[in-house]
Amino acid sequence: MMKIDFSGLEPSVPFKANADDLDDEILAAPSFALPVTADFDGFQKAAVQMVKPAKGTTTLAFIFKEGVMVAADSRASMGGYISSQSVKKIIEINPYMLGTMAGGAADCQFWHRNLGIKCRLHELANKRRISVAGASKLLANILYSYRGMGLSVGTMIAGWDEKGPGLYYVDSEGGRLKGTRFSVGSGSPYAYGVLDSGYRFDLSVEEAAELARRSIYHATFRDGASGGVASVYHVGPNGWTKLSGDDVGELHYKYYPVEPTTVEQEMAEVPMA
Amino acid sequence: MESVFGLVGKDFAIVVADTSAVHSILVHKTNEDKIMVLDSHKLMGASGETGDRAQFTEYVQKNVALYQFRNGIPLTNAAAANFTRGELATALRKNPYQVNIILAGYDKDVGPSLYFIDYIASLHKVDKAAFGYGSYFALAMMDRHYRRDMTVEEAIELVDKCIMEIRSRLVIAPPNFVIKIVDKDGARDYAWRESIKDAPTA
Repeated sequence: MMKIDFSGLEPSVPFKANADDLDDEILAAPSFALPVTADFDGFQKAAVQMVKPAKGTTTLAFIFKEGVMVAADSRASMGGYISSQSVKKIIEINPYMLGTMAGGAADCQFWHRNLGIKCRLHELANKRRISVAGASKLLANILYSYRGMGLSVGTMIAGWDEKGPGLYYVDSEGGRLKGTRFSVGSGSPYAYGVLDSGYRFDLSVEEAAELARRSIYHATFRDGASGGVASVYHVGPNGWTKLSGDDVGELHYKYYPVEPTTVEQEMAEVPMA
Repeated sequence: MESVFGLVGKDFAIVVADTSAVHSILVHKTNEDKIMVLDSHKLMGASGETGDRAQFTEYVQKNVALYQFRNGIPLTNAAAANFTRGELATALRKNPYQVNIILAGYDKDVGPSLYFIDYIASLHKVDKAAFGYGSYFALAMMDRHYRRDMTVEEAIELVDKCIMEIRSRLVIAPPNFVIKIVDKDGARDYAWRESIKDAPTA
């Protein structure tokens, strides 16, 4: 007669020896604790939101005479808590293309890595690099196919292809915009303010880098969810280079040096009468 | 919010759309073309969620092209309108596209025509149509001044009146508009009405 091995089902911790308590232990259905809440779906949604970092962000990119300038802050926050001050929000897709990260950190990271793979495969299949337009559309189509399923991505794809510099804004609602100047994230209104007032097409690389850096700095100054370091990348005909990464705290003292306060009145010993 | 409207004239049809790409309080772009040229003699003005708009209009455009490749003759405007409606209706009970469409076209035998299709897949053949917040102004304006036998110049004058009314009366008025026309010579850009210029593209 065959014997079935039930040993795998046996609990690793032996039941209590006391025979009186045995009934409760065995009869109780396996269970786990549920959160004490009336609205479980709402609780679950809130919990997922809580562990989705990098919500507050400032990223920007713009096209100018010498290529594309891309910049971002580096803070990741979970609600009010700063979970990291050293996040790489500019993702290097390949030597000619960069992606920026706003929204869910994991979603951005994963789908940019995925995009990198697809771009490389395109390169191998077609013996030429993918265009920025093509790459951004690849990403937009993927994000669109997951629409309404909770992805949170707001990204800019910046790069240099056969047609020159390229810049697209792509988001998880399936939107894809071609443009010359974008800023994404909670700090974007502040960044736009500085960027729009200082932008010209014929900026030099140094001027453009400084404009990008200042835009990020001013955004981190006003937006509590942005901070850390302002990193600046440039994409030219020979691919991208990282130009700088400055702690915004130090930038503050560079842009607004501490002025020695004028002493209105020195304290002096009262002369003895 | 988005404003799209269109009208049929004597031997042409016109579609007008704002060109703003908006995200909550931010205007990301003021030169986004929301009127797709479906084929040589068809225009599709669309408003709705950005992703759905881009995906759906491109889907229709490719299918209209496919039909032409397979059969050697283009779809009539009525056929294209009914196809579009059908796709929206099928999607409606699955994963609806949030797009409202104004389809203008010119057929050799029937002349110009305009179709109004909304996201719940209703289809109407009309002389004038409008969507979005701008529609309240554009519709009233067109009700008052529209005639079936308008010339291109008269129609453009009316269109400009509508744009001026939207710009001056709508709180969240978009700054720029694109006007496209379709007649016996085909579908094409007619003009842009811009009060803000975006930085030139490289």
